[in-house]
Amino acid sequence: MPVEIPVEKWSGAVRKITLGATAAEGGTRRQAVTVGGEKALPFMQFEGEIPCRPVVAVEIKDHRPADWSALLHEAWGDAMDDPAAWAKAAEAAGADLIALSLSPTGLDGQPTTPAAAVSAVKAVLAATGLPLIVYGPDQPELDNELLVAVAEAAQGERLVLGICEDKNYRTIVATAIANGHLVTARSPMDVNLAKQLNILITDMGLPLERILMDPTTGVIGYGIEYGFSVMERLRLAALQGDAMTQLPLIVTPGFEAWKIKEAKVGSGVPAAWGDWKERAVNWESLTALSLIEAGADVIVVRHPESIKRVKNAIDELMEK
Amino acid sequence: MPLTGIQIYKLLPQTNCKDCGYPTCLAFAMKLAAKQAELSACPHVTETSKAQLAESAAPPMRLVTLKGRGAEVKVGNETVLFRHDKTFYNQPGFFMLVKDAESAGEIQAKVAQAEAYKVSYVGKELALDGYAIESVSGSPEAFAAAVQTVRQASKRPLILISRSAAVLAAGLKHLPGECPLLYAAGADNWEALADLAKQHPAALAVTGDSLEALADLTQKIKGRGVEDMVLDLGGEKMGAWLTRATQLRRLALKKNFRPLGYPLIAFPGKGRDAAGETMLAAQAIDKYAGFIVLEHFAPASLYPLLVLRQNIYTDPQKPIQMQPGLYPINDPRPDDPVLVTTNFSITYFSVANEVEGSGNRAWLLVCDSEGMSVLTAWAAGKFDADRIAKIIKETGISEKVTRKRLVLPGHVAVLSGDVEDKLPGWEIRVGPREAVDIPSYMKQALGNPA
Repeated sequence: MPVEIPVEKWSGAVRKITLGATAAEGGTRRQAVTVGGEKALPFMQFEGEIPCRPVVAVEIKDHRPADWSALLHEAWGDAMDDPAAWAKAAEAAGADLIALSLSPTGLDGQPTTPAAAVSAVKAVLAATGLPLIVYGPDQPELDNELLVAVAEAAQGERLVLGICEDKNYRTIVATAIANGHLVTARSPMDVNLAKQLNILITDMGLPLERILMDPTTGVIGYGIEYGFSVMERLRLAALQGDAMTQLPLIVTPGFEAWKIKEAKVGSGVPAAWGDWKERAVNWESLTALSLIEAGADVIVVRHPESIKRVKNAIDELMEK
Repeated sequence: MPLTGIQIYKLLPQTNCKDCGYPTCLAFAMKLAAKQAELSACPHVTETSKAQLAESAAPPMRLVTLKGRGAEVKVGNETVLFRHDKTFYNQPGFFMLVKDAESAGEIQAKVAQAEAYKVSYVGKELALDGYAIESVSGSPEAFAAAVQTVRQASKRPLILISRSAAVLAAGLKHLPGECPLLYAAGADNWEALADLAKQHPAALAVTGDSLEALADLTQKIKGRGVEDMVLDLGGEKMGAWLTRATQLRRLALKKNFRPLGYPLIAFPGKGRDAAGETMLAAQAIDKYAGFIVLEHFAPASLYPLLVLRQNIYTDPQKPIQMQPGLYPINDPRPDDPVLVTTNFSITYFSVANEVEGSGNRAWLLVCDSEGMSVLTAWAAGKFDADRIAKIIKETGISEKVTRKRLVLPGHVAVLSGDVEDKLPGWEIRVGPREAVDIPSYMKQALGNPA
């Protein structure tokens, strides 16, 4: 019996965005990474081109984070004491990108200084040839102070600076424009708020080719269904031709997964929760996979085992 | 062409007898038009109407119900490709695989373990749905023995796996009155398996190398009198599976293509270790599986998979709400603070996680705000001094604490005057706006030790 497979004819496409710059392009990266460019729903290669695979960014910190799960300390070991060593270890573990999150304070308990942030970024840039995302400590004033210094010190590298939110984006966008970087625009799980923030940022003069969109997500059990559906809606809108949604999607399942009890706590939990490490890694990697199926182009994770599992899944998903 | 609700209504008896389970014939007609009900629910419809309605009345994806001894699993009947378009209705069934080559003792142990597995999530108990029994030996006797062993240990529905009608028949003999799924009919054995499925009756899984081959087979099997079918797409790579599952759901829903309008079965463990199985199982939950057969029993995988299934199949129009009430965190004592928030599940989780994760002790009061977040509920008048006073009274928290300190979310600082008036004797504090700032607030403003 002949079966005619319905093929959607999409009028729009996601923008292709390049992270990182090689020496020829004014930076020092060994290789740039391009994401986006989809002309069909995730992995539906029978109806449209999927030119770039989703990529895995690995989150590291400027110094050993006391509040991270013991499982992550165990996994990264001594590398956690030195951002350069940690970046190398992440690259060896399969990272496509490094995401350096700056801490609000140094090991001495004093607020992180611009000089310290710059030195961490430079150390990471020297240690790895991968493109770099730099997250501020998520405190608006400090974010601005540190990210401006970082942006200036790494001029031309096409870093991704994060995060821009509706309450705090101007300074970060201005420094991205001045120094040839990109930004990530985070909105709280809402299609219209995501579009609005992209409009505000482009109004300042940063072209859409330099914005990644972070619609925020929850993990399994903690709101993943909201993040999942907002991403599906954003991607459908992009393919239907809505320009302000045609940006690659970046999400941070690692950050979200490792703060919940299921990942953090190893004892005194129900036996049905199973082996601690397996459970935590599953929580992170199944969340990451589900978000990739919903349209994520860049996912930021923390555990080396999650990197491996998610990358294997992406390999399989991209096979024609 | 599908008929409208009104067109269908004209073909119904119009007696409003309620035998179909709906209050009126019109309500039933509307459900039929929305493909959320089956015409067979009406015992009085005439043969003429039946024929006219048959094409229109069937849901685009058939509802398949497997029955065990008392327990049943329903899958299929889905109406959308994206959960935000309406909702996904029937969660995929999780079935644990056992093999007839295993000893009775091994099978018993496996089933007992799976049977006892349950995990609690937002007040619900999540568990597995049934067992798949695979004939590895090829012997009807060994298969029958395995079926009996499983049946003695569990009442849940079964999937019987063999290509041989004789083997499956030996198993079916021990399942009178049940509706298991027979796996699977292919080009070589479909006649014998269709007859077996019709006679018992049982549901029948169908395999094929291509969508064309599958469509051919389901038509032939339907012609032989079997209605309840389940499709196996093969395609062991994740990308191939996703593509075919999506094509199939589109064909059923957008083209109303009946030959492929059946739920899917997935075997994510085939050729994979537990980690690989878990990843493909998650994909199968996100994208369109009806039955998922698991080879590895791993609680660390089952827990996130069961919760993911619950999340993806949540109706987007009805967010998960927490039961309003008192939630003690980290064994609070009478002098620990009382925090109040709304009963939107994500709000609750954000607050509870921050408090719990930081090691602080607190009494968390969850106020009935009809499932809205703090700001939305406040704007809608669903989170105010009256409601807060009400939950304080209902939970009897005043009797449990010696130091009456109530912390309001920072977003509703404006309520503090009203709340003070309503709750004499309570010290009203204004907490941070965002949950993430709760730990430092508790340390600095409340002087908590953690």
